[in-house]
Amino acid sequence: MSALTDDSIPVTPRAMRDEMIVFAAMAVLLGLVPLTGIYPFFVMQALCFALLACAFNLLIGYGGLLSFGHAMFLGTAGYCSAHALKVWGVSPEIGIVVGVAGAAALSVVTGFISIRRQGIYFSMITLALSQLLYFIYLQAPFTHGEDGIQGIPQGYLFGIFNLAKPTVLYYVVLAGFLGGFLLIYRTINSPFGEVLKAIRENEPRAISLGYKTDQYKLLAFILSGTIAGFAGSLKVFVAQNASLTDVHWTMSGEIVLMTLVGGLGTIFGPVVGAFVIIAMQQYLAGFGQWVTVIQGVIFVACVLTFRRGVIGEIAHYFRRSL
Amino acid sequence: MQALYAQLLVGLINGSFYALLSLGLAVIFGMLNIINFAHGALYMMGAFTAYFLLHLTGIGYWWALLIAPIVVGIFGMILERTMLQWLAGLDHLYGLLLTFGIALIVQGVFQNYFGSSGLPYAIPDYPQIGEWRGLQGGMNLGFMFLPVYRGWVVIFSLVVCLATWFLIEKTRLGAYLRAATENPTLVRAFGINVPRMITLTYGLGVGLAALAGVLSAPINQVRPLMGADLIIVVFAVVVIGGMGSILGSIITGFALGVIEGLTKYFYPEASNTVVFVLMVLVLLVKPTGLTGRAA
Repeated sequence: MSALTDDSIPVTPRAMRDEMIVFAAMAVLLGLVPLTGIYPFFVMQALCFALLACAFNLLIGYGGLLSFGHAMFLGTAGYCSAHALKVWGVSPEIGIVVGVAGAAALSVVTGFISIRRQGIYFSMITLALSQLLYFIYLQAPFTHGEDGIQGIPQGYLFGIFNLAKPTVLYYVVLAGFLGGFLLIYRTINSPFGEVLKAIRENEPRAISLGYKTDQYKLLAFILSGTIAGFAGSLKVFVAQNASLTDVHWTMSGEIVLMTLVGGLGTIFGPVVGAFVIIAMQQYLAGFGQWVTVIQGVIFVACVLTFRRGVIGEIAHYFRRSL
Repeated sequence: MQALYAQLLVGLINGSFYALLSLGLAVIFGMLNIINFAHGALYMMGAFTAYFLLHLTGIGYWWALLIAPIVVGIFGMILERTMLQWLAGLDHLYGLLLTFGIALIVQGVFQNYFGSSGLPYAIPDYPQIGEWRGLQGGMNLGFMFLPVYRGWVVIFSLVVCLATWFLIEKTRLGAYLRAATENPTLVRAFGINVPRMITLTYGLGVGLAALAGVLSAPINQVRPLMGADLIIVVFAVVVIGGMGSILGSIITGFALGVIEGLTKYFYPEASNTVVFVLMVLVLLVKPTGLTGRAA
């Protein structure tokens, strides 16, 4: 099977240094956003989706598993957090824990089912599972069906940080994003990540070397789903609602699109892709369904001419790993 | 009992659509190694072609059954020539992503012009022979009242499915096709134009989807998103049945339709989800699918 990222560049100290420089630059730039007067809501939303896309990318870029149902983790964590915050009235940190726990539990179950098939079947199974969940949430009473859970209180994180203040919320979301990003980065560069890459490149060979590949894939799936859930919980504080849109297959498609635009299997690509797609949706919001058409065109254009994505092309040009 | 039979019939009709669509997906996957995410959008285009034929040119249902699959099939072949063929040799997942993009484009364009509501398409009332008014009306079978059109859909789909099976498994053309699926290079060496066969295969699969669209137009109305949710169920059907066998796809499609119909009668809350739940069960018991080989 031909790999998705055919020109992989070995991890060298130089590559690690490049990545840390880019990461530091990214963190500083994002940290300066509130001083620039850019609408923070937009950036916070983009950060949540960026983390979501990074989690998705962990599976496809390093495990070779294309999940077409990652919206289920976003939506599930969102519903769990929203319900805990609004109905149980818990504090924000507990709300996040509840959401992440919900997504983690879901990823254990769905991962166990979906990794039983590979390649194209894996994508179809994850899509079908997320559609199953969509119908469950549509009918379950606690999600309030089409209305969703609205008007979620933001509260004080750890009793100190007032999340109702946009700037405070922004830095909390940014911290969450950077933390999640570093966790994924650490995973990719760990021995565990190396085994994942080996499975992506040649699974029978990894099996013959004695690795229990199913366990690695399941663990990667759970990690990815849990981090996606963390992004979903953060998004609850930004959007202050949880709705069916977050579980719908169109959302799963958008996650795939963000990662594809930025670059499958690149470390910073999903972040760039998320900002590009969210910005596009903001600016084209008045064009109705043409947004869908444009997204479709981007999908087609990326697959036909631009498979490395933005960051992938840059990295390829400079022969660096990014 | 009347209600049970009625739901069984609805199930058989949905089953015919599952069978026609999953059959097309299996045929396309066999030749192109692509899971055609645009299948639902092309099914919708079939229904819209029938609608346009009737309202713009006055061409009725019977001709639409023939013309719509050909028109949409040609559209599909253009897609294959201009885009899908460039994916040969790449990871299968790119085919899924490309056709997903195509589905978004097609559905988005139709939604722009027709919104999300359904357009009516009447059941044909000709030819009029004796007391028959085309496919309108119904007949009393003693134990239930059978609307003629619904009976027609089930029987006609079954005939089309079996004809496709015959074409692929029993004719010379089908033998070339199966050979090209196994080993395209060798078949090309025998002087058979494999790229053209691939294009025709895609056209055939797409045509089957468009035909299902025409059949469904009088029952489900013509809507831009009529294929969007359906295709996900059909994916689950494909996972359950496996794509290794043509007859397997047909039988699984009809069987799941019937099971869905029964669920609607006995436990309506689960009728949306029963196919997905069955998919989970099959994956737990026999991960390769009911008829599938290890892939």
